[in-house]
Amino acid sequence: MAAEKMALAKAINESLRRALESDPKVLIMGEDVGKLGGVFRVTDGLQKDFGESRVIDTPLAESGIVGTAIGLALRGYRPVVEIQFDGFVFPAYDQIVTQLAKMHARSLGKVKLPVVVRIPYGGGIGAVEHHSESPEALFAHVAGLKIVSPSNASDAYWMMQQAIQSDDPVIFFEPKRRYWDKDEVATEAIPGPLHRARVVREGTDLTLAAYGPMVKLCREVADAAAEEGRDLEVLDLRSVSPIDFDSLQSSVEKTRRLVVVHEAPVFFGSGAEIAARITERCFYHLEAPVLRVGGYHAPYPPARLEEEYLPGLDRVLDAVDRALAY
Amino acid sequence: MTVESTAARKPRRSAGTKSTAGKTTTARKTAGSDPELVQLLTPEGKRVKNAGYDKYVAGITPEELRGLYRDMVLTRRFDAEATSLQRQGELGLWASLLGQEAAQIGSGRATREDDYVFPTYREHGVAWCRGVDPTNLLGMFRGVNNGGWDPNGNNFQLYTIVIGSQTLHATGYAMGVAKDGADSAVIAYFGDGASSQGDVAESFTFSAVYNAPVVFFCQNNQWAISEPTEKQTRVPLYQRAQGFGFPGVRVDGNDVLACLAVTKWALERARRGEGPTLVEAYTYRMGAHTTSDDPSKYRADEEREAWEAKDPILRLRRYLEAANHADEGFFAELETESEALGKRVREAVRAMPDPDRFAIFENVYADGHALVDEERAQFAAYQASFADAEGV
Repeated sequence: MAAEKMALAKAINESLRRALESDPKVLIMGEDVGKLGGVFRVTDGLQKDFGESRVIDTPLAESGIVGTAIGLALRGYRPVVEIQFDGFVFPAYDQIVTQLAKMHARSLGKVKLPVVVRIPYGGGIGAVEHHSESPEALFAHVAGLKIVSPSNASDAYWMMQQAIQSDDPVIFFEPKRRYWDKDEVATEAIPGPLHRARVVREGTDLTLAAYGPMVKLCREVADAAAEEGRDLEVLDLRSVSPIDFDSLQSSVEKTRRLVVVHEAPVFFGSGAEIAARITERCFYHLEAPVLRVGGYHAPYPPARLEEEYLPGLDRVLDAVDRALAY
Repeated sequence: MTVESTAARKPRRSAGTKSTAGKTTTARKTAGSDPELVQLLTPEGKRVKNAGYDKYVAGITPEELRGLYRDMVLTRRFDAEATSLQRQGELGLWASLLGQEAAQIGSGRATREDDYVFPTYREHGVAWCRGVDPTNLLGMFRGVNNGGWDPNGNNFQLYTIVIGSQTLHATGYAMGVAKDGADSAVIAYFGDGASSQGDVAESFTFSAVYNAPVVFFCQNNQWAISEPTEKQTRVPLYQRAQGFGFPGVRVDGNDVLACLAVTKWALERARRGEGPTLVEAYTYRMGAHTTSDDPSKYRADEEREAWEAKDPILRLRRYLEAANHADEGFFAELETESEALGKRVREAVRAMPDPDRFAIFENVYADGHALVDEERAQFAAYQASFADAEGV
């Protein structure tokens, strides 16, 4: 199959289909993932083609979903579970943090838990409470988990393949506001490493680092800045644990300025970790402090206010201006 | 004896509790006087008939009965040794199973080699039945690892400290067994305290919905650290199963034969594709919650004394002696074996080395992680800096 243009949600669907076809141990589990195909239709048609024993509609109990997925993984299965929305993951947080993340170490390496937890995350879709959050830092803090977030359909396809193949538990954050964005997906291409960042726009004046839904915004920011004669580099981190600090370092050593953008609150967010580590690694290269643009230390606001809360073009440009003013 | 045949009861707390000097003496039902309780051996060691469960122990030989006795004695000896080792500072903590030997040996011996066990952190007797070397159980309590055995070596998962979590793992594993078309069964252990956890309720829901071949074996030892079962439930725990659509049964947890029979029944149901079962083994935690606990602060000595009369080992001994199934030579030999086990455990613990400091970074991930590699290298450089300073 040559490259095909498809939406990000469809790319994940195709990737799941491929995994179900190639490995009989792969299972899909979650609320409404079967007949309905998921509330975002990411699993559309999979139960019809692979049956109820492999594409499993679960009771509405997130801890139960992850807890039983752990048991299935112990039995040799590779479950891919869906948490319907970001704000609903917390009943499963205990199982993810105390069991899924730690069982490999607890068993001195004898037990492997190849479980993928898919979480549609982030805002910008005008939803009600608990449907727009970005909790990735709450997971990145936990050793034993790997955290990734694709920004485009091609990455979504390949990163899902790699996440399912990983013998470690992977939390797969899907940028729900980009589900319908289309991109070329080359399903026969050989992908790069799962946790490697990618320069999506080369530049010399400042690095914008982002992942998931904010990569598209950062490209738009770079385009806008270019009109003002500023040449920004955009780095798609793709992975939040581990973070590809080597690629970040290379970029910042060249541009000497870094702005990190994420939807999650800035306070204790992934930008804080990036700022600290890049300051250590690039202290003598930096012309400005590492700046962060993200959500505020407040509950995610009602939908009518979310555009104020979320990083937008102007807020990121403002941070770029401040960084360049040093 | 299952819930289907049992009328609803009033909350047990209405049976009357009185408080004396800050301690609670409960009017708990005692084993032997409860018509809902499956019992095959009375505390006096008399074999009583039970139409429903006799057949599950009908063919048991005197040798097998002696085996059960031996299992319980050696488990208790091991447990006592571990408690002593904690007192001597060799272990950081110990969670004693004292009093629960029958529940664990009876249920453990009901399992088949291909069955899979998901324990809490107190299932030393079940571990024994599964063939896990008892010294391996002590690594986590000494602080040299967080689980020192291969779970797949004996189909005995690592101890789970977060209360109730493992019931979901057991359910998922059982769902996998069913998918594989195997006739193995899974057994999940938990306690009266854990019965309040959402994960336990969710495991009941999932196992019922998917008809998973899993037995939930609840050792109701009456105490969740300082909280009596009245703080966990208004109905007898086994009756909870009814609301989820599968049978629940209460068994005398100090009666090894009854525990063996009821667990066999439940495991066979699972193998036949009849889904989950809840077994409530009604027993008593004779010791403290752990070596860090002080039960004198919250429970009366009389309660413990009342349960001492129902000791699981004593009652089987009475039965063996009355039936002439064991002679003095057997008991003497077992005493020798018991002492040897104590010695072996003692020596193994004292010889247990501290792990290499770099073990911190081992097995965090199966496929590696750049940050772990970086921090390991930093740690190594830091350690090496001392060698440089010493001119080594």
